[in-house]
Amino acid sequence: MRTNISRHKIRSPFVAKVEELSGQNLLACYQCGKCSAGCPAVYQMDILPNQIIRFIQLGLKEELLKSNSIWICASCMTCNVRCPKGINIAEAIEAVRQILLRKREDHVKVEELSDSERGNVPPIALISNFRKFTS
Amino acid sequence: MKLSYFPGCTLKNKAKNFEDSALCSLKKLGVEVEEISRWNCCGTVYSLTTDDLIHHVAPIRNLIRAKEAGSDRLMTLCAMCYNTLKRSNERVRSNPEDLDIINDLMYKEEIDYKGDVDVVHLLEILKNEIKLENIAKKAIKPLKGLKVASYYGCYLVRPQEIGFDDMENPMIMDELMTALGAEAIDFPHKVECCGAYQTVDKPEIIADRANQILSSAVKQGAEVVIVSCPLCSFNLDQRQKETQQKFPEFKNIPILYFSQLLAIALGCPQDSLRLDLHYIDPKPILKEKGLI
Ligand code: SF4
Ligand code: SF4
Ligand code: SF4
Ligand code: SF4
Repeated sequence: MRTNISRHKIRSPFVAKVEELSGQNLLACYQCGKCSAGCPAVYQMDILPNQIIRFIQLGLKEELLKSNSIWICASCMTCNVRCPKGINIAEAIEAVRQILLRKREDHVKVEELSDSERGNVPPIALISNFRKFTS
Repeated sequence: MKLSYFPGCTLKNKAKNFEDSALCSLKKLGVEVEEISRWNCCGTVYSLTTDDLIHHVAPIRNLIRAKEAGSDRLMTLCAMCYNTLKRSNERVRSNPEDLDIINDLMYKEEIDYKGDVDVVHLLEILKNEIKLENIAKKAIKPLKGLKVASYYGCYLVRPQEIGFDDMENPMIMDELMTALGAEAIDFPHKVECCGAYQTVDKPEIIADRANQILSSAVKQGAEVVIVSCPLCSFNLDQRQKETQQKFPEFKNIPILYFSQLLAIALGCPQDSLRLDLHYIDPKPILKEKGLI
């Protein structure tokens, strides 16, 4: 993957927005990788949790918005409770998700789910899924 | 002891086995439970963004209902409801300006919320108030010889502000099972996320996780796995169908709520267990151990 880094991106409104929505000081991350080491979902992610934090620091907005990782993360909080710098990684990922969802770019299209997909699962699954993946 | 109780929506339908068995157990333990009136869904997940106050209205409104019932605490059974209610509660307690805004959003409520209701989970009540040794004395049908792995998942233990137990090695359900006469089986995946709500649009992820989590419990010798969350239960029980399809060597194992085993030990009638609601039938192993 070819990526261009620039001062312009690092100081972009995108970085400020993620920091604001997540309430996290992401520059505190020193890339130890512990968040990714314990994440049960990494085997399906195209950008690992520690890389997500690095990408945010660098303002790599396009790469983050099109990554599958933000939809694979289940906010299980394992990374948060293990980060030696006290960073809430799940909140940072939520912020990136929210930037898309708030533009009405839903990840799950309720009307496209089949009757069996909707009917078999319990309310707790549907409600949490829609809360996380729709606007 | 009298407790205000918040069931949440799933316990009223797909997880009737959780609710009925827990309520019967509490009755046997002499605890009076009163379901709060006009409760609403808590929203299932705690809102993670700093500015999203509207999603704290639903959980906080339930705490107002508890106050209206004259209660200063609210008990939940579902681990997800517990997490959401408790985190929203902690958030407004430590951010009074947020609480003012949330109260304003609920201007039609007759009373304001002031951070004065505690959210408690049934397991906390059992361990800290009723006490496990007293429960053990009331176990008229001990779970002798049953090998039980306790699966905690995420919402009961993380993050720290929520947990009433160690985040990496919680023991509360293991201790309860030991008190009831069962053999508690330790296994390395007890706090590993099952994939949660991914189950709706990405069930293949759940198959991977269920395979890992349950195979690990089976390998340690577990005969059943217990849970405290209807979503864990759905993913680990019903999704064994998809798990089996994806991993032919996968071995099925029954999933129960901890409250069902508690109810058995306390001598609750079998209809309170709702064993008909399971995908992997737990009856054969329970019969084999002489428990039903
Ligand atoms: S665990 Fe924390 S410090 Fe380490 S890479 Fe992850 S976010 Fe950065
Ligand atoms: S919260 Fe997301 S990134 Fe963190 S460990 Fe869980 S799935 Fe991985
Ligand atoms: S968390 Fe679930 S069970 Fe709890 S109220 Fe909400 S949807 Fe219902
Ligand atoms: S459903 Fe999965 S994600 Fe939730 S508490 Fe249960 S283990 Fe965690």
